[in-house]
Amino acid sequence: MKFRKALASATILAACMFGSASAADLVVGFSQIGSESGWRAAETTLTKQQAEQRGIDLKFADAQQKQENQIKAIRSFIAQGVNAILLAPVVATGWDEVLQEAKDAEIPVILLDRTVDASKDLYLTAVTSDLVHEGSVAGKWLVDTVAGKPCNVVELQGTTGSSPAIDRKKGFEQALAGNDNLKIVRSQTGDFTRTKGKEVMESFLKAEDGGKNICALYAHNDDMAVGAIQAIKEAGLKPGKDILVVSIDAVPDIFQAMAAGEANATVELTPNMAGPAFDALDAYLKDGKEPPKWIQTESKLYTQADDPMKVYEEKKGLGY
Amino acid sequence: MTATVKTYLGRLLPQLIVLAAIVFAISMVFPGFLNLQIQNGRLYGSLIDILNRGAPVVLLAIGMTVVIATKGIDLSVGAVMAICGAVAASLITSGHSLLETLFATLAVGILCGIWNGFLVAVLDIQPIIATLVLMVAGRGIAQLITEGAILTFNDAGLIFVGSGSFGWLPMPVVIWLVFGVLVALLVRQTALGMLIEAIGVNRQASTLSGVLTPVLLVAAYVLSGLCAAIAGIIAAADIKGADANNAGLWLELDAILAVVVGGTSLLGGRFSIAASVLGAIIIQAINTGILLSGFPPEFNLIIKAAIIVFILVLQSPRFRSAFTFLQIPRAAGKPTEREAK
Repeated sequence: MKFRKALASATILAACMFGSASAADLVVGFSQIGSESGWRAAETTLTKQQAEQRGIDLKFADAQQKQENQIKAIRSFIAQGVNAILLAPVVATGWDEVLQEAKDAEIPVILLDRTVDASKDLYLTAVTSDLVHEGSVAGKWLVDTVAGKPCNVVELQGTTGSSPAIDRKKGFEQALAGNDNLKIVRSQTGDFTRTKGKEVMESFLKAEDGGKNICALYAHNDDMAVGAIQAIKEAGLKPGKDILVVSIDAVPDIFQAMAAGEANATVELTPNMAGPAFDALDAYLKDGKEPPKWIQTESKLYTQADDPMKVYEEKKGLGY
Repeated sequence: MTATVKTYLGRLLPQLIVLAAIVFAISMVFPGFLNLQIQNGRLYGSLIDILNRGAPVVLLAIGMTVVIATKGIDLSVGAVMAICGAVAASLITSGHSLLETLFATLAVGILCGIWNGFLVAVLDIQPIIATLVLMVAGRGIAQLITEGAILTFNDAGLIFVGSGSFGWLPMPVVIWLVFGVLVALLVRQTALGMLIEAIGVNRQASTLSGVLTPVLLVAAYVLSGLCAAIAGIIAAADIKGADANNAGLWLELDAILAVVVGGTSLLGGRFSIAASVLGAIIIQAINTGILLSGFPPEFNLIIKAAIIVFILVLQSPRFRSAFTFLQIPRAAGKPTEREAK
């Protein structure tokens, strides 16, 4: 009992101290979807880091994949009178009412990573990557690398019907259009997982003459590529040499594969959505400058030439 | 002896016919399907892929058969796979020896089984609800262990379990073959199988006639947990990492399907482990066939569903009584207690 009392008073004391220290600074509420993937965990870590660097007091709420939790979190942010709200919406619809409440309270809302189906004047801006562009960056790398030589490509798609799968496929095909030397010979879903990536790649290898017919693999995410690389090795071929491997996301493990020469390139889906969001917020709060309604994050291409081991070390601690 | 073999074959005949038909159909669509060659000291080919990729579901189906025979069901096996994969990966990366890791992981699987068995046998909660608890919580536990990330490892011994080979066969195939034979011998060379069937047919009557129902029920769920643990180790070793979000995802449903395709009734009673294993192989053959066929992925699930409906219709009692010539006539006058083997 005594211990509990002491703990409680210590907490209150700490709360007062931090409260007074950051009173002059910005207070930003962040409603995160949850932690369903390593990428999202990294996004959370980076958002906290970015806030700390800028002296922003970040109030973090994990919604555990539930919209009602996010709406509750936003309402509590409004009640606390935060300066701004970051929202990574779990679904696209059903936000009008709570966004209107935030607008009435004159609290700007910035969407991270995903957008919503709501009137554009209900939020300040949306910071997202362009999935189609990611696919086309990967495609362009392949077009440049094979440089006119004939090349049969196999594609590991994401979960059938998901927007990353549709858009990354579209972008890749756009980049390949007009290059008749490149042909997608097989395309199957690997559900964004390593296990399925490996299993589907095994069947691709069998179906295309033991893999001799395949010159490159395009995977919609790195995890499937990591699984496929193992399948290629078990089939007695050299991934990265016999079969070029290009994928998207830039998770730490693909950099290990690149350092070992087993993967060739990856396109980054940056987990640092908060950096551009805070920049836009700063400009808006200081000078009243309205940012554009969509801020596109950079889709950076990493290859074996970019010191993959160093990038791996940098990314390792982010919680991927 | 020949009569036993005959009844045994008679029990497995529908599954064997279906499997042969599927293999034939795939080799029509994809001519290289039956090719086998030796590569890197092991057999290499699509047929081996089916046996290898089917390993997790085969193992789950072995445990699931026994649970279903007691008129139960175990929805938690997929989640237990994720937990055990996570445990194995975290132990091996924190420097424990391979043996310690394997034993600890199997112990965790057994513990999960004891928990399920306790809820079902002692607290008398309906199996579908009791195991639903762990199905939901298990993935969370696995995520806690891996801290939400894919935990990768490089221990050659553990990786061997997933992608090594023994006597020209991939290790997962060796494991499920040996384990399946052991379990089948255990339940059929002793009275255990009959007692399990008795519980499934009428739990109360079995208890009244002196069968230690609670113990056997817990044992059934423990077996299922153990199977899930082995499957979890194989799945993690296969990709050299524990993926708490996706390991074993929806595999409980594939395992139940395998048992049903194998002809064991969900209402409990007579069961056949060999038939369930065949059921799991049939499901995997369909999966591999779809991948080889080169159809767009949008068709995968529809093709799979259509084939499975077809198999289930073949098995339905109405359909079978209309086409009795498909069945081998049973040896007349012989006792039929072993036909369910």
